[in-house]
Amino acid sequence: MVKHGYEKNPVGAHFGTGNFLVQRFSAVVMALYTIFAVPYILWRSPASYADWKALFAGGFFRLATLTALVAIAWHAWIGMRDVIIDYLHGYALRLGAQFVVAVVLVFYLLWSFSILWGR
Amino acid sequence: MPPEIESPILAKPTTKNMSAAPKPRPKYYELNLAHMWPPAVLSIFHRISGALLFFPILPLLLWMLQSTLAGEEGYARWHQVFAHPVAKLAVIAAAWAYAHHFFAGLRYLILDLHLWSAKPAARASALAVFVLGALAAVAVAGCVW
Repeated sequence: MVKHGYEKNPVGAHFGTGNFLVQRFSAVVMALYTIFAVPYILWRSPASYADWKALFAGGFFRLATLTALVAIAWHAWIGMRDVIIDYLHGYALRLGAQFVVAVVLVFYLLWSFSILWGR
Repeated sequence: MPPEIESPILAKPTTKNMSAAPKPRPKYYELNLAHMWPPAVLSIFHRISGALLFFPILPLLLWMLQSTLAGEEGYARWHQVFAHPVAKLAVIAAAWAYAHHFFAGLRYLILDLHLWSAKPAARASALAVFVLGALAAVAVAGCVW
């Protein structure tokens, strides 16, 4: 069949597919972090301030934690967007809620970075 | 045909229907949690736990992480906070939300691979997620008490 110029895609721009995949990839990152971090913390079993501080002194643990927090932020953005679209009706309410979620997530991310590398 | 009932979650379809398509057929939603199959309840709890993790669990964890790492003083203060029974209950609740979201999410990843999608397996795995989430909460309760 010959194609003539611009053809409209009948099933959208595939933003949904991208979100679907990001939701899964970020979930895998968080799951891997959980599977690694929970036994690791139990193994170190920090019982004092010094132990607790030492746990986060390790570069790898800090980097893994920050990676998981970035995955959480992206995952939460898509998840909260889905929830907002399902339960809040009307553009003003939806966009307002999404704006608040976006600002909060950026705040969480910058805060996470400052906690892990600030001092 | 099931009776047409007022749905609390759907906007009235007739007021803003701008298409020429026929009016949506009567829809019947069974919203009583006790009458739903495990996968449906699991899905709702996945949403609720996810929203709770976004707020307030994550900011509370970040706040805790910040003040416990900032100095001996903050560490001691949070140590005192966690001695309180209400704080212990909050920790258990947060752990349940995390564990449920984790196990339910793993189940969804498995469903994405087209595994366990037949009804018996889907129901059994949903029940397993509830059991694992509860077990994780019990394990955390054992640690904090």
